[in-house]
Amino acid sequence: MITYEFLQEYWWFLISLLGGLLVFLLFVQGANFLIFIAGKDEDQRQLIVNSTGRKWELTFTTLVTFGGAFFASFPLFYSTSFGGAYWVWILILITFVFQAVSYEFQAKQGNLLGRTSFRWFLVMNGCLAPILIGAAVGTFFTGSEFVVNKNAVGNIGAPVISQWQNDLRGLEAVGNPFNVEFGLMVFFLAVCLGALYLLNNVSHAALERKLRSTLKVFFLLFLVAFVAVVVQVLLMPGFAVDAEGIVSMVDGKYLTNFLEMPIVLGLFLVGAVLVVVGIVMTLFKKGYRCGIWWAGPGTVFAVMAIFMLVGYNGTAYYPSSADLQSSLTLANSCSSEFTLTAMAIVSLIIPFVVAYIAYFWRQMDKKSLTTEELNHSEKY
Amino acid sequence: MDEMTLVDWSRLQFALTAGYHWIFVPLTLGLAVIMATMETLYVVKRDEFWKQTAKFWMKLFGINFAVGIATGIILEFEFGTNWSNYSWFVGDIFGAPLAIEGIFAFFMEATFFAIMYFGWNKVSKKTHLVATWLTGIGAAISAVWILVANSWMQHPVGMEFNPDTVRHEMVDFWALVLNPVAISKFFHSVFSGWMTGAIFVIGLSSWYLLKKRETRFALASIRVAAVVGVVGTVALMASGDSSGIHVAKYQPMKLAAAEGLQDGGPQAPFSIVPGVEVPGMLSMLATHDFNGYVPGINDMLNGYTDAEGNVHLSAEQKMERGKTALKAFNDYRALRDTDPVKAEQARKVLDENVEYFGYGYIDSPQELVPNVDLVYWAFRVMVGLGSFLLLLMVVVLWAEWKKKLEGMTWLQWVALLSIPLVYLAGQAGWIVAEVGRQPWVIEGLLPVKAAVSSVSVAAVQTTFWLFVAIFTLFLVIEIRIMINAIKQGPKISNK
Repeated sequence: MITYEFLQEYWWFLISLLGGLLVFLLFVQGANFLIFIAGKDEDQRQLIVNSTGRKWELTFTTLVTFGGAFFASFPLFYSTSFGGAYWVWILILITFVFQAVSYEFQAKQGNLLGRTSFRWFLVMNGCLAPILIGAAVGTFFTGSEFVVNKNAVGNIGAPVISQWQNDLRGLEAVGNPFNVEFGLMVFFLAVCLGALYLLNNVSHAALERKLRSTLKVFFLLFLVAFVAVVVQVLLMPGFAVDAEGIVSMVDGKYLTNFLEMPIVLGLFLVGAVLVVVGIVMTLFKKGYRCGIWWAGPGTVFAVMAIFMLVGYNGTAYYPSSADLQSSLTLANSCSSEFTLTAMAIVSLIIPFVVAYIAYFWRQMDKKSLTTEELNHSEKY
Repeated sequence: MDEMTLVDWSRLQFALTAGYHWIFVPLTLGLAVIMATMETLYVVKRDEFWKQTAKFWMKLFGINFAVGIATGIILEFEFGTNWSNYSWFVGDIFGAPLAIEGIFAFFMEATFFAIMYFGWNKVSKKTHLVATWLTGIGAAISAVWILVANSWMQHPVGMEFNPDTVRHEMVDFWALVLNPVAISKFFHSVFSGWMTGAIFVIGLSSWYLLKKRETRFALASIRVAAVVGVVGTVALMASGDSSGIHVAKYQPMKLAAAEGLQDGGPQAPFSIVPGVEVPGMLSMLATHDFNGYVPGINDMLNGYTDAEGNVHLSAEQKMERGKTALKAFNDYRALRDTDPVKAEQARKVLDENVEYFGYGYIDSPQELVPNVDLVYWAFRVMVGLGSFLLLLMVVVLWAEWKKKLEGMTWLQWVALLSIPLVYLAGQAGWIVAEVGRQPWVIEGLLPVKAAVSSVSVAAVQTTFWLFVAIFTLFLVIEIRIMINAIKQGPKISNK
């Protein structure tokens, strides 16, 4: 029986899936961050830019679809978070906007700012986007300062229902170390994924050596951030919501969620293990270049589990630290049953979309990218 | 001038983003069809010339495409960042087409764009051709969904107000998708893209003719573009005609503003420019009947009875009923947990007046009139330039047919100098559509001032100027890069 509650959970599952795919696809950002760190000469940098340049639109489109799907299924989040944490979202957007033009502009005559500037825009997007997106997800655990009052619509002079409670408009999130650690964790992971992707996609001996040594450093950084974040998540109090929709703080809520939802716990552990396996095999097996095929799905699973952790089992996924009862839950922020049903039918196309993307990705990536190829075909 | 308010800045920022976005999108829509046609000729005729021709226009397509994407993402998120109340109040309806756009169209564009660019040696000739077409079709599908969303703002259908959740909720998905306004708007927008692509290709090819280089390439490009352009522009005018009927029916205030019609009635005249009118023509265009009744601005403010005997309330009466609806809403919200009987009574009053809910926020009848001068002149710019450009394409096509184009330097100059005009026409079109809808963000349901986010004016001013700087920088760079690429040319032999 398809109930309203089921539809809400189904749509949260899709949001989790899109979130997981988005973080996996942040390998584009992670690899771009390495343009100058791993790319020691023009050939190598050109290889990196052209390799991510054939994938960046997928990441970008996933971000756009993530936004659209959130809008369609949980519009109160769209309204509260985007309208509230104004500066964070604007910053994220600006870094992506610069990224979007940089590929096309960087090597073309007449680009005004020169090749290096555009590559720096890619590097900037490469570090800022994962950090900011990660920090924003961090607030799913720590809360944000907003108040939602739907009665405001009846107030002719001041009808806005969502009100952010400080002037930093989202930038205050960096004041909480957990959010920063979360952002860094996502960033370090993105760089690891970026290195794994390049090792798989590009063929260039010197670049490969540098990528492997860079991977080692960022893997260690990631492990430190990951352990710190996980330990805190397990120990911190969480935002619980009861059957009446009343939100309260409960000690060890996320730990309890893991224990009460063994599938989510399993998904998280499998995901984490796959990420580690992918990286470790790449580091210790000579010439191994398929790490991304372990770590990529691993990232999708682990991130999905994190979204499920904050949304399911009576948890407020976008909590308000200013007014507990304003916190967003699946039930109080979702679309109507009719819309969720209509969109659930639409969602049946997703496997088909994923399939054709995967098919053509394989077609395009049968051979690793080489300088030789770039010299003889279309390139950025 | 009064100091600009938060709503003004937020509107300005949205208009800036949408306006910039619409510089890049129509070229994407139109050029896609033109270069896909060229590649089809390559596959069918097995003539390398067509491949090189298609590839040159693809190069320009790619430069343009990137900036379209960059401005597009801002547009999507601005619904949340700057119009947060809107996002909740109608998100149940409005969010769906945006999500569908992403799932159906954007992934298609992204996937096949990469194949179109980098797949020449990686996939078969036919797969590549399919990829090129699918890139363009993906762009057109994305236009379907964003225009479904926009048309719903012009003519909201298929929803119901729910005071418990305090928003409008979708009750009929197909009413939303098959909204007649959406259908004509889709064709009108997509075909305006064909016209843009055609004028762009004809204009630039004319430059090669003027320079007496790449002649074969230029003439061949002109032939394809002019055919696409003439077909597109005829369809553009047909869809414009049905758009006119819809505006008359669903947004009479927009029509009155576009015509500067203060006092209407049957046999309403069409104004060519101030002082020059065609009697009865507006009635004909708006209702397809010379005696059709077209209300003027004053009629709508004072209330009127149309030809079918339907009584239309005055602005004051609508505002009164809007205030009643808002009061009933407040009563219902206050009483629903404590006094179900009284709450039910309030709910009944709300239901009776909910149609005028948005008017409850309006302070004076004058607020209901959009900027008449701007809409009036924008409409004339759109129609005037559109007609001129159609004529131009027909003449170019005729001249090329008669093999005279190569010698007609004046026509080549006119074509080259017409490139900015097609952009002006497109921008003017959106000004008519969007400024003409004011003060509503959703016609009759929600005025802009109740839709805006609660952000400081300073914050919006900052992002506005930031976007001005960024978009302008991108536009300048794009134009410079394009000029460079055009100067280099396709480097195809004239054989």
